[in-house]
Amino acid sequence: MTERLAILIGTRKGAFILTGDPGARAADEGWQLRGPLCEGWPINHFRYDPASRALLAGGGSPWYGAAVWRSDDLGTTWTHSSQGMTYGDDGPAMRSVWHVEPVGDVLYAGVEPAGLFKSSDGGATWEHVEGLTNHPSRPSWQPGNGGLICNTVFAHPSDPNRMWVAISAVGCFATEDGGATWEARNQGVRVDGLPDPYPETGQCVHKMVAAAGQPDRLYQQNHCGTYRSDDAGRSWICLDEGLPSTFGFPIVAHPTDPDTVFTIPLNGDDRGRYVPEAKLAVWRTTDQGSHWSPLRQGLPSSDAFVGVLRESMARDDLRPFGLYFGTSTGQLFASADEGSSWRRMADLLPPITSVETALLDA
Amino acid sequence: MATVVLPRSLVVLFPGAERRVEADGETVGELIDSLDLRWPGVRDRLCQRSDALREYINVYVDGRPADLATPVGLVGTVHILPAVAGGQAQPED
Repeated sequence: MTERLAILIGTRKGAFILTGDPGARAADEGWQLRGPLCEGWPINHFRYDPASRALLAGGGSPWYGAAVWRSDDLGTTWTHSSQGMTYGDDGPAMRSVWHVEPVGDVLYAGVEPAGLFKSSDGGATWEHVEGLTNHPSRPSWQPGNGGLICNTVFAHPSDPNRMWVAISAVGCFATEDGGATWEARNQGVRVDGLPDPYPETGQCVHKMVAAAGQPDRLYQQNHCGTYRSDDAGRSWICLDEGLPSTFGFPIVAHPTDPDTVFTIPLNGDDRGRYVPEAKLAVWRTTDQGSHWSPLRQGLPSSDAFVGVLRESMARDDLRPFGLYFGTSTGQLFASADEGSSWRRMADLLPPITSVETALLDA
Repeated sequence: MATVVLPRSLVVLFPGAERRVEADGETVGELIDSLDLRWPGVRDRLCQRSDALREYINVYVDGRPADLATPVGLVGTVHILPAVAGGQAQPED
């Protein structure tokens, strides 16, 4: 069956879909852009669920609140819901959805203010995963500059009772019992500026991923460094040496090699939050973070005052795999050769907050 | 039966909804419940909790500012308006 590659782009002003022939990833022509979808709502995460063949978008309108959008016809028509997505009348108001994660037949949503909700009916209704909110550290949770947000949710590939979430600026949490109870897992992750730089919680995790084929190996890009865990997050090793900065947002795992990940460092939280020396580069390690090297071919080598946000880098599952990232100033860059070379694929989009890919039936 | 005037940005979220509709209810809250029966989800978009409108949703009954408990006259006109609150800066993290 013929397939089309869809690059799903979430932005501050709606979702967009860039569609083309998978064989034309390196070509300038032949790509069609649709959007803005989701009525121009700010979308923090826009993804495809291969199991249900649904497009899912999480975001929040400044007027109408948080919602998960769903399309079962590849973006032609949409529904949206936040029914049940509440902390109750005595709790804080829900602001936005930051991550949507299908786990089997269940959808999970990481939200702001930080918490986790689940849906067993494809996103029509939602139920609070109270175990995370009931963690003893909850009274001490403080927002990062972007808010108190649950930005990462994923499950063990063969045991859905084992899950991880990341919250900024609180840290990594894991459950082994399907969400009933959660454990903070931040040992070894630094919090710059605190008298005790290694507290139990308070870490500003920007994005966290599991390594290919080794689900207990995790990588995270933090506000204060880049880290690897080989024990499911119970302890972390700093990987900053060799990187140009300790600050960045996205991190993406290789599809098959657990030793390889990609990140895009920015120059620092108090230095403008653009790429170091205004030279755009994706940085790659192939040895678990012991060494890093920049991938720059085809990317702007000067005057690139751009940032890349937490959900804004992704890969496809083709061979060789492609990498994609969008900037906070609306450019989309793509590599069809695993990061070796890059080209600008779209420009003049709204600020990009999310990039994902999907292979769709033509 | 009151006349309810809805904002464009709300109507586009609910296929079949119209800018100007007739609805039953003795209070603004009951009117919104009535709209929610017609277009499920309307209440979630307008109310952030059971007893309060969202921060940037304004309601006027016959031209006067209202909340969910405000009575609606038999032939009242209710305007539901998004506040001029868009375009604010959104920080990164």
